[in-house]
Amino acid sequence: MLVSYKWLKEYVNLDDLTPAEVAEKLTRSGVEVDAVHSLSDGITNLVVGKVMKCEKHPQADKLNLCQVDVGESDPVQIVCGASNVGEGQFVAVARVGARLPGGMKIKRAKLRGEVSEGMICSLQELGFEGKVVPKKYSEGIFNFPQEMTAGEDAMAPLGLDDTVLELDLTPNRSDCLSMIGVAYEVAAILGREVNVPEPAIVASKEKASDYISVKVEASGDNPYYGANVIRGLQISESPLWLQTALMAAGVRPVNNVVDVTNYVLLEYGQPLHAFDLDRFGSEEVVVRRAADGEKIVTLDDIERTLSGDHLVITNGNDPVALAGVMGGATSEVETESVNILLEAAYFSPASVRKASRDLGLRSDSSVRFEKGVDPNSVAEAGARAASLIQQLSGGEILEGPVEFDELNKNEKEVRISLNKINSVLGTHMTAEEVSQIFDQLQFGIDEKDGEFSVTVPTRRQDISIEADLVEEAARLYGYDNIPVTLPNTPSTPGGLTAEQLKKRKARRFLEGAGMLEAVNYSLTTADKEAYFKEESKSRVKVALPMSEERSALRTTLIPHLLDDLSYNKNRNIYNVHLYEMGTVFHTEEETVTVQPDEKTFLAGALMGLWQEHSWQGEKKPADFFVLKGIVEGLLKELNITGEIRFVQSEKKGLHPGRTASLYIDGTEAGVLGQLHPAAAKEWSLPETYVFELDLSILMSFPAEAVRYEAIPRYPGMDRDIALVVDEDIKAEELEKVIVAHGGSLLSTVSVFDLYQGENLEAGKKSLAFSLRYQNREKTLTEEEITEVHTKVLQALEEKLGAKLRA
Amino acid sequence: MLDRLQELHDEAMKKVAESEDLNDLKEVRIAYLGKKGPITEVMKGMGKLSAEERPKVGQKANEVRESVKSYIEEKEKAFEEAAMLEKLKKESIDVTLPGRPVPKGSRHPLTSVVETIEDVFIGMGFNVAEGPEVETDYYNFESLNLPKHHPARDMQDTFFITSDLLLRTQTSPVQTRTMEKHEGQGPVKIVCPGKVYRRDEDDATHSHQFMQIEGLVVDEGIRMSDLKGIFATFVKQYFGEERDIRLRPSFFPFTEPSAELDISCAMCGGKGCRTCKQTGWIEVLGAGMVHPNVLKMGGFDPDKYSGFAFGMGVERFAMLKYGIDDIRHFYTNDKRFLTQFTRV
Ligand SMILES: [Zn+2]
Repeated sequence: MLVSYKWLKEYVNLDDLTPAEVAEKLTRSGVEVDAVHSLSDGITNLVVGKVMKCEKHPQADKLNLCQVDVGESDPVQIVCGASNVGEGQFVAVARVGARLPGGMKIKRAKLRGEVSEGMICSLQELGFEGKVVPKKYSEGIFNFPQEMTAGEDAMAPLGLDDTVLELDLTPNRSDCLSMIGVAYEVAAILGREVNVPEPAIVASKEKASDYISVKVEASGDNPYYGANVIRGLQISESPLWLQTALMAAGVRPVNNVVDVTNYVLLEYGQPLHAFDLDRFGSEEVVVRRAADGEKIVTLDDIERTLSGDHLVITNGNDPVALAGVMGGATSEVETESVNILLEAAYFSPASVRKASRDLGLRSDSSVRFEKGVDPNSVAEAGARAASLIQQLSGGEILEGPVEFDELNKNEKEVRISLNKINSVLGTHMTAEEVSQIFDQLQFGIDEKDGEFSVTVPTRRQDISIEADLVEEAARLYGYDNIPVTLPNTPSTPGGLTAEQLKKRKARRFLEGAGMLEAVNYSLTTADKEAYFKEESKSRVKVALPMSEERSALRTTLIPHLLDDLSYNKNRNIYNVHLYEMGTVFHTEEETVTVQPDEKTFLAGALMGLWQEHSWQGEKKPADFFVLKGIVEGLLKELNITGEIRFVQSEKKGLHPGRTASLYIDGTEAGVLGQLHPAAAKEWSLPETYVFELDLSILMSFPAEAVRYEAIPRYPGMDRDIALVVDEDIKAEELEKVIVAHGGSLLSTVSVFDLYQGENLEAGKKSLAFSLRYQNREKTLTEEEITEVHTKVLQALEEKLGAKLRA
Repeated sequence: MLDRLQELHDEAMKKVAESEDLNDLKEVRIAYLGKKGPITEVMKGMGKLSAEERPKVGQKANEVRESVKSYIEEKEKAFEEAAMLEKLKKESIDVTLPGRPVPKGSRHPLTSVVETIEDVFIGMGFNVAEGPEVETDYYNFESLNLPKHHPARDMQDTFFITSDLLLRTQTSPVQTRTMEKHEGQGPVKIVCPGKVYRRDEDDATHSHQFMQIEGLVVDEGIRMSDLKGIFATFVKQYFGEERDIRLRPSFFPFTEPSAELDISCAMCGGKGCRTCKQTGWIEVLGAGMVHPNVLKMGGFDPDKYSGFAFGMGVERFAMLKYGIDDIRHFYTNDKRFLTQFTRV
C-alpha cells in the first residue's frame, strides 16, 4: 500500500511531524513502512508555462520552437521534441538551472541553431513511473488539464511536494489497505482525532429503482449489493488533484468516473465498479454462480472460462462482471458513456479468493475483498463515489441506491481483564492506561474493576479474541516498554538425546578424518537416482514441481554428492572428500497417502588423492581401503556392539568387484565401494569411492559401555607368518581359523602383507599375518607358544590349504 | 736418554699437530705410544742406567707419554667436534618448506550455526526436538492456527505432495508434535532445527530449501517479558556482549502478540550503515506469545498455560556471522567455500 502523506493529512493533523517520523512510529507499532519516497526527488526550478506560440523548427522536422510565457515580461524560447505540444497549453517548464530526478541539470542550449532556454517536461522526466502516467501523456509532454497561472511553481499542482510511505502490510492488517484505515492507525498511535468527510449527495426525484432492479441468488457470497444510478454525466479527464493523488498511490488516471472509483477504493478500501448503464443489456442486476464453462471477456480483453465456484454479476442473461475481481468488457465505461450504474457490494473473501486463484487474476479489488472489507463502509463508499462523480462529471444521482442487504454489520464485543493483559506481557499497566489505549484505537470501552468489555469497530476484522486485544495493548503501550525478565518457573535440565550426541560424534569423527561436510537439496529427479536404484513406482513426488530437476524426494544421498564432486572437478579442484548427513524418504505405496518413512543417512564420496605431500613426492590416491578405513573408524567411534562384517556384494552403480555391504549382527546397514565406471562417466568423474550408511540402523545398536581392563604385566610375543593360499581365499577366512585355534593365548591378529606375482605358483597369493601371544598371568615360554602356534598352522593347512611361504 | 725422549716428544707433538684427521692421529698414537713404539724402545734400555738416573728417565718417559697422549686426545676431540659439525651441516634442511598436512575436514557453516545455537539454548535448559520433513497439512498449518483458505497461507508458498501431505514450510509443526507428547503438562522447553521448503526460485537471497531453528517454551506464567529476557541472553552469547535487542510488532498466525526481533548492527554499532539500511538494527528472527488456539490444539489449557515461540533462519544467521553474500553457496559444496570454515 502506497500512502500519500499529503492525502493522509486530510484526515489527521500531522503538521508537527515529518513523514519519516510518522513512518518510524508506524513501523514501531506494527505497520511496517518499507520505504519513504519524497516525490520532489531533488527537482528545482519547475514552473508552469503557457505555450504562446508553437511552430516547426526550421532545421528539424521533429522539433518544435515554442515561445513560452513563464511569468516574465517576455516569453522564453524552448525547443521541444514532443509531438503533442501545442499553442495555448499550460505545461511544466524546467527553467535554465533547474534540476530533474537523477541529477539531470537544465542548461541553456542551442539545438540545430536555435536557442532553447529550458525544457518542457513529460511526467516521466519528473520521476513518475511510466505505468502510472495517463495514456494521453505517456508519449509526450504533460499539459495541465485546467487554467493555470504562467510562472507559478509547478511542484504543488503536480503533487510533487508530496512524500509517499510504502507500507509492507501483514495479512491481518487489511484495514490499512485504505487511506482512512491508515488514518485511524496513525491517529491511534499519536492519540489524535480522525476527520472523515461525510458524503454529500444531492439526489434527484427520479428513483434508481425505475432503471434497475437487484436480485442476488447467492446471498452467502454476496450479502450486500448496492446499485447507484447516475444519469447525464460527461466523461472527461479528472482534475489535477485527483490525478496526482492516484499517481502517488501507484494508480494510472483514466477518466473522471473510473478515477473516482479507484480513489474511493483507496480511500475506503472498498472496491467499486461502474457499468455503462446503456450497454448493460437489461434493467436487472442478477448476482449468481456462473455455470460451468460459462465465458466472460474481462476488461483486459481476455476471455475467461468460469465454473460453478465463481460468482458473477449478470444482466439476467450474460455475465457482465466477475464479482469482486474484474469488470466485463461489454459494459465498460467509455468516453461516450452518459448513464452509469455504480456498484458497491460485499463479496465474501472465500468466493473472491477462489475466483482470483483459479483465473490467476489479482486486482486491487480482489486483494481487498479477499481480506474482507468493512461491512459498515460499503454503502458509504458507494455514496462517496456517487457524490464525487456528480461533482466532477455533472451527472444526476437518482434516489437510491437499489439494494439487496443481508449483511451483518454488528460490531464485536470482546472481554478482557487488566490482569490478563499484564500477566501475558509481564507489564504493570493500570486500568487507566489500558482504557486510554483502547480509546485511542476508537474502540468502545466499558470497564469495571479491571474487567473490560471492548466493542471493536468492524473496520478491524482482525480483532475477535482476548489475545488480539492483548496485542493491541502491547503495541500501543510500546514493545520497548515491556520489561526484560527471565521465566520464574523451575529450571529444567537441558541436553541432547543419546542419538543426537551420536550424530554429533559421527560428524566430529569425519571432520577429523579430513572429510568436508556437504549439504545438498532433498529434492531431486528420479533419473539421477536410476543409476543406483532399481526404478520403483513408489516414490515421493511433489505434485507441482518447479522443475523436473527438483521433482521427487531423494532416496539416496550419493547422486548429489557426485554432482558436488563434478562441480568441483569442473573448476579444476581434483581432490575432494565430502560427506553428508541427511534425510532420505522411502515409501511402500505406489501413490503416496501417508507420510513416507524418513531416515537419516550418512554418505561420503572420495575423489582424487586422499593424501598428498607434493614436495616429498607422496601421493596416496583414495581407494577402497581408504574408504573402508573411514567406515571402520566411524563404527569404532560410535562404539557399536554387535558383529561387524564387510561382505563382497554387487550393487547397482558400484564396481562389482570392489563393493562391500556392511552387516551388523546380520542386518545390512550400508554399502561402500568404487563408483561403477559407467556411472563415473555419466558424472565425468575419475575413479571415485562412495559409501552410504543407514544411521538409523547404526543407532539401533546400543553403544558398548567402557570398562577398564588391567594392562598385562608380562610382555606379549609376536609370531609372523606368511601363508601361501589360493587366490580366492579371503583374509577374513584365514583370520577366523587363526582365531579359532589360537586359544586363550592369542591376543591379536593383523594382516601386514599381501603379495601376488613372481615366485608364486599361478593362482596363489601370499598373505602375511602377525600374531601376538599373551598370557596375562605369567611370562610365556617358547614351548607354550610353539605348541599353540603349531596347532594354528596345522589348522590353516587342513582347512584352507595354507602353506608357510618358503 | 733424556734428550732422546725429549726429541721423541717433540717429534710426536709435531706429528700430532700436523695430523689432519682421526686416522692420522691413530697412526701417531700407534707409532709413538704403541707397544712397539720408540718410547717403549727407550724404556727397554733403562736397565743399563744407574739407580739415580733410572727414576728420572722413567719420569721423563711418563711425562712424554702423557703429554703426547693428552695432545692426541685433545686433537681427537677437536676432530670429532668438527666432524659432527660437518655432519650436522650436511643434514641441514629448508625449514620453510611446508609441513606434512594432518587431515582436517570441515563442518558445514549451517551445521556450525545450528550446533552453536543448540548449545546456547541447552545451557538455558532447553532440549533439542526434531520432526519429519514431509508433514501433514494439519501439523504444518491447521494446528498452527492456519486453517485452509487462510490468507496468511499465502505468506508461504508450499510444495504439496498430495492435498494433505507437503514439504514442511517451517519447523513450527515440531511445536505441536512436542506439545502433544507432553500431554498438557508443562514445562516444554525445546529448540527444533531442521530443513524447510518453499516454492521460491533460487537466487542470491532465496532458496527453495533452507534451514530454520524453531523454539518453544510453554509453562505456567510465561510472559512476553520472559521472551525478551531469553533473547537478550541468547543474543549476547551468540553475537556478543555489546549487542542490544529490540522487539517490533509483527504478525504470525501462530503467535499473538507477535514480534520481529532486531539486534543492534555490528557493522556500525547502531549508528546506521549500509548493512542495516541506516536503521542501526538488523532483523534476525520472528517470535511471539503462543496463540491460544495453538496451545489448545497442542493439548494445553490456554487459561492455565502460556508460552512463547520463535523461529530463525539459519542461513541468515550464517550470512550475518560470516559475511556470506549469496545463499546458494550453502548448497553448492564448492571446496573453496567449505574449507573456509575449518577454523569455526
Ligand atoms: Zn549498521
